[in-house]
Amino acid sequence: MPDLGPHAAFIIGAYAIAFVVLGMLTLITVVNDRKQARMLIELERKGIRRRSTAKPLTPSVKTKIIKSKPARAAAKRKPTRVRKPRT
Amino acid sequence: MISLANPTRFLNLVGAVVPWLAALVVILLGTGLYLAFFVSPPDYQQGETVRIMYVHVPAAWLAMGCFLVIAIAALGTLIWRHPLADVAAKAAAPIGACFTFVALVTGSLWGKPMWGTYWVWDARLTSMLVLFLLYLGLIALWQAIEEPGRAGRAAAILALVGAINIPIIKFSVNWWNTLHLPASVLRVDGPSIDPALLTPLFVMAAAFAALFVLLHLLAMRTEILRRRVRALQQTQVEHAVLAGA
Repeated sequence: MPDLGPHAAFIIGAYAIAFVVLGMLTLITVVNDRKQARMLIELERKGIRRRSTAKPLTPSVKTKIIKSKPARAAAKRKPTRVRKPRT
Repeated sequence: MISLANPTRFLNLVGAVVPWLAALVVILLGTGLYLAFFVSPPDYQQGETVRIMYVHVPAAWLAMGCFLVIAIAALGTLIWRHPLADVAAKAAAPIGACFTFVALVTGSLWGKPMWGTYWVWDARLTSMLVLFLLYLGLIALWQAIEEPGRAGRAAAILALVGAINIPIIKFSVNWWNTLHLPASVLRVDGPSIDPALLTPLFVMAAAFAALFVLLHLLAMRTEILRRRVRALQQTQVEHAVLAGA
């Protein structure tokens, strides 16, 4: 390392700040990347799939949807007539 | 480019490229630091402080370049509705903010021994500070709006408006009387710096650019994974509601 003269503190300070900031940015980026990847694997392990890759709903779930109270009520409800506005 | 519009294909590409890019960053950074401290001679006017240039100038270039990436991504979001455009813009903002911060602080540390002050409200310094505030504004906007599509469109408009600042930064030293040096590398009649100082500068600039690409790809992958996790969590809630019904 050459003799940096009377302004050595400014030169070393500039390099130190640059490397600390960029080093922290790199560390945070890598940690976040791994965290999201871990969360995704954990969710997929629980059997939850994205809609594009998901299997069709199982019959038991289908029955639950059809037999649920709001679904039954909606099925019973008669379609409402819409009156034409008078001209 | 069109095939990369598929996030899954993009993730595969990132997985293959990242280790090579990381190695390139280490090699370029090591070479750049060696050239900056052991090969580069002191400047005849600025003495040893010229070594600050090797971190300050590449950081400033990347600060502006990163905003250009965001502006192009903003066009991708608003015009072509490219599925990765707002992911690219969101991922680039914190990286750009860090490079701008480094440029401001190292410039300030270079200014004190050369100008006798850490800060002056001159056109170049002020426009760089505005760029830093624009980056913070973009990050805040993405944090404030929960739905990624809406946040992307709002941020794209802000980015396109903010892009006006880039030519202002570049030409501020020509348009106004400033304490900052005029352009000495990116000039029509070629660089005015001696090759002995120019070589370490270009190697460090290449190292910073490679670091930017590496971090940007990683941050984009993180954002894609975050969106997938969010979608799965919503599916999980839907399943829980159906099971309880």
